Amino acid sequence: MSSVAMWRGCRRLWWAHSPPARLPRPPPAAAGSCPVGPCGRRAYAPPAERKRFYQSVSISQGEGGFEINLDHRKLKTPQAKLFTVPSEALAIAVATEWDSQKDTIKFYTMHLTTLCNTALDNPTQRNKTQLIRAAVKFLETDTVCYRVEEPPALAELQKNEWDPVVSWAEKRYNVTIGSSTSILGPNIPASTKETFVSHLASYNMWALQGIEFVITQLKSLILSMSLIDRHITVEKAVLLSRLEEEYQIRRWGNVEWAHDYDLCELRARTAAGTLFVHLCSESSTVKHKLLQD
Amino acid sequence: MAALGGPVRTLRALLRELRHAAGRSYRDSPAYRHVLAAFRAHRVTSEKLCRAQQELHFQAATYLCLLRSVREHEALHREYHGRGERSPKEVAGLVGFRLPQQPGGKG
Repeated sequence: MSSVAMWRGCRRLWWAHSPPARLPRPPPAAAGSCPVGPCGRRAYAPPAERKRFYQSVSISQGEGGFEINLDHRKLKTPQAKLFTVPSEALAIAVATEWDSQKDTIKFYTMHLTTLCNTALDNPTQRNKTQLIRAAVKFLETDTVCYRVEEPPALAELQKNEWDPVVSWAEKRYNVTIGSSTSILGPNIPASTKETFVSHLASYNMWALQGIEFVITQLKSLILSMSLIDRHITVEKAVLLSRLEEEYQIRRWGNVEWAHDYDLCELRARTAAGTLFVHLCSESSTVKHKLLQD
Repeated sequence: MAALGGPVRTLRALLRELRHAAGRSYRDSPAYRHVLAAFRAHRVTSEKLCRAQQELHFQAATYLCLLRSVREHEALHREYHGRGERSPKEVAGLVGFRLPQQPGGKG
């Protein structure tokens, strides 16, 4: 069976409430000269995009939390569970993502929806300990700990940009991290890892999914923690993560369709992950202060 | 604390991004109203260093970064990556041919 047909089958699972979309068959007269799969579609054509099938997006509050309504139908996750989020601001942001789709639905731009789906479904079926372990494992191969020796300009740039972040992390968490120029990387003491493990254990499961996502995108535990602790902005974290690339771009020039494309995608994903973590791990209350004249 | 600039600037840019994202009725969208309400709620405070205000400002800046980079990413995708494969008719047209017409279908 061709992978196209299997993929369409998975898509049908996604939209449990709406009727399966029938894709139009190409006219048989033109089919003679190109490879045609069993469904009648060209084998190398990208799958037809899902059109926007709803007019309005709204939010409602259910028992488990906030739900998204596309017209009158409730949104579901890819594994057909009801889509509920614990925070209203997160629900509003997800609804805005759905509302901003024009004509066709581009799932690759809906990062918050993807993160919520991952948190709800947990497709890799990891528990909290495994998530924390995967996150702290990144410390051994942390980007900001790996330094080069040459070219000297890049080594200098790394020292000036990355050293402050490392020393901030060391001071904030009361650990030793250090940096190294060898291929094996820095020697992280066990006490450092334990400190991070116990710090990450204070976040709930949803926030942990977000944290692990940000770490995977930035390739650095230290940058992710400084981002989540609001020490640096998203743009700065992405810049620090891509420091060598930025150095090479400044030297050899920028290629818009590759460099800018990657930069925007990384910024979008990191911003989505950070926002997700903050919205999942906060509880806001408004205390009205008494006016004292 | 992250160097963010002024909250007014962030708020204005964020509302502009929401306008791009929403379209015609952006002022009635829940995101627009929520952002304005949140900023108004945290504005009046007698403290000089308000942690909640800074948290809100950071969240707003993060959301602004998300909306802006999604929009730019989509624009770059449309311009450089979105074309897809040409149909056989277009390929034939590239070299000046036309596909044969077989009114009875393929023989």
